[in-house]
Amino acid sequence: MFNKLFPNVEIQDMITATNETLYMTIISVIGTMFLGIILGLLLYLSRPGGLWENKVLNWITAAFVNVFRAIPFIILILLLFPFTDFLMGTIRGPKAALPALIIGAAPFYGRLVEIALREVDRGVIEAAKSMGAKNSTIIFKVLLKESMPALVSGLTVTAIALIGYTAVAGVIGAGGLGDFAYFYGFQRSDFDVVFVCTVLIVLIVFIFQFIGDFLTRSLDKR
Amino acid sequence: MISIKELTKVFHTKDQDVMAVDNLDLDIQSGEIYGVIGYSGAGKSTFIRLLNRLEDPTSGSITIDNQEITGMKKNDLRLARQEIGMIFQHFNLLWSRTVKDNIAFPLEIAKVPKEKREERVKELVELVGLKGRENAYPSQLSGGQKQRVGIARALANKPKVLLCDEATSALDPETTDSILDLLVDINEKLGLTIILITHEMHVIRKICHRVAVMESGKVVEQGDVLDVFLHPKRPVTKKFVDQVMGDPDQDHSLDLIQENYKSGKVLRLHFVGESTNQALISELSRKFSIDLNILHGKITQTQKGAYGTLFVHVEGDQKEIEKAKAYIQDTSVEVEVISNVQ
Repeated sequence: MFNKLFPNVEIQDMITATNETLYMTIISVIGTMFLGIILGLLLYLSRPGGLWENKVLNWITAAFVNVFRAIPFIILILLLFPFTDFLMGTIRGPKAALPALIIGAAPFYGRLVEIALREVDRGVIEAAKSMGAKNSTIIFKVLLKESMPALVSGLTVTAIALIGYTAVAGVIGAGGLGDFAYFYGFQRSDFDVVFVCTVLIVLIVFIFQFIGDFLTRSLDKR
Repeated sequence: MISIKELTKVFHTKDQDVMAVDNLDLDIQSGEIYGVIGYSGAGKSTFIRLLNRLEDPTSGSITIDNQEITGMKKNDLRLARQEIGMIFQHFNLLWSRTVKDNIAFPLEIAKVPKEKREERVKELVELVGLKGRENAYPSQLSGGQKQRVGIARALANKPKVLLCDEATSALDPETTDSILDLLVDINEKLGLTIILITHEMHVIRKICHRVAVMESGKVVEQGDVLDVFLHPKRPVTKKFVDQVMGDPDQDHSLDLIQENYKSGKVLRLHFVGESTNQALISELSRKFSIDLNILHGKITQTQKGAYGTLFVHVEGDQKEIEKAKAYIQDTSVEVEVISNVQ
């Protein structure tokens, strides 16, 4: 039945491609989370009236974020070729896609982090100050903890965007379902392969969304 | 205990400089509940935030318990703040933490070891009457309970001073009273000095020993709560006193009295402090052959005794009435004849 409907689909190939997509997504989500939180914190803390108010730092961070958000992802991959080559020693395969994925998504997530931090009640920060808290305590125990649900739901949105990016990265040979759909499906006109790849990607997106929603809900005590 | 000298705070905005606190001098004794009252914009909020330097003063000095707060370096200030508790109008609890973790937060900041923290949290939960709610999140609590958590949190590191920034302004009258009772309780039990700012005279009347009235950044009047109640000098103070003592029915009532009582005298008795506890009215009718009829009045309790006005109608022999009047004048009650119908 399956073979009749999808004559060109090899299960083993599909599993490999799915694994590659999951690998790229998970590693890049983790990388994006760290880099994005750092960028978001820098934006939030260095802004006027912030804990580390600093015009220069704020300007540099904002410029970095804005520039990298403005570059289309497909061009960013090409632009980062030398950097990727230097960092990963290759420009092909799932590993080579990681720098571009993280650098492409982190500025976006950084903005979401900044928005989440701005939602933290100023009064609570003031209360922590009045108790004699250090800035590091305020950052880790107040700011990040209080904004956790927003940070997680923002990361869910970013993760889903990243799944899309992995498929784009496939076009330059990063592997994964996007790569597979393009080279083995589209190029050979085997549209059953394209279809199965699409279904698998949608499935991955749904799973990420479900996990993200669940975490957000269980973290939110408001 | 707390000595404030020439304290000034100027806010620079785009088009003008705003004097939020203007050359303010104040001394607050150890163990007293000191109230600062003023309308919004009077500078009282800025004032209380200057005390633990949530705002940095433009000039002047603040000394708390022989520690000069104003000159402190960042790290010393952090340590000093651990000995100054503060509670807020909107409670400012961490919603991601349970009641007990909220109370433990200042202890974590002060690096108290875990077992001691748990012990102290237990004490505090009991002190503020939240037993059984330790594991609730702030969102599951009522406003009054949230403020109790705020108070427990402020007391965690055994501070010498408690600053209350409009602590009851977001609460309904009944809850306000229960929180005020808790503050008095803490003040008496722990000998804690409390400084509170408010726009409600009711709060001052109920728990404060001394009061300062603020208007456009200056203290325009200060003293014992009862004195301020009795002899408000400034119009703004009179307005505040009227908030709790104001009696909108009084004029109407007086007109009716004038019409209805065609003989005898109507006296206004002004009660001031301790003698209110004596049974003045019954004493008068026993000692003099006069009839007394209470017409209209309002008496209220302050920390330093009762305060209020009573209108009574007196009927009887002219001489007896005069004698009774003289007798009243010997007590601390002030008397005034407001109508003389005969």
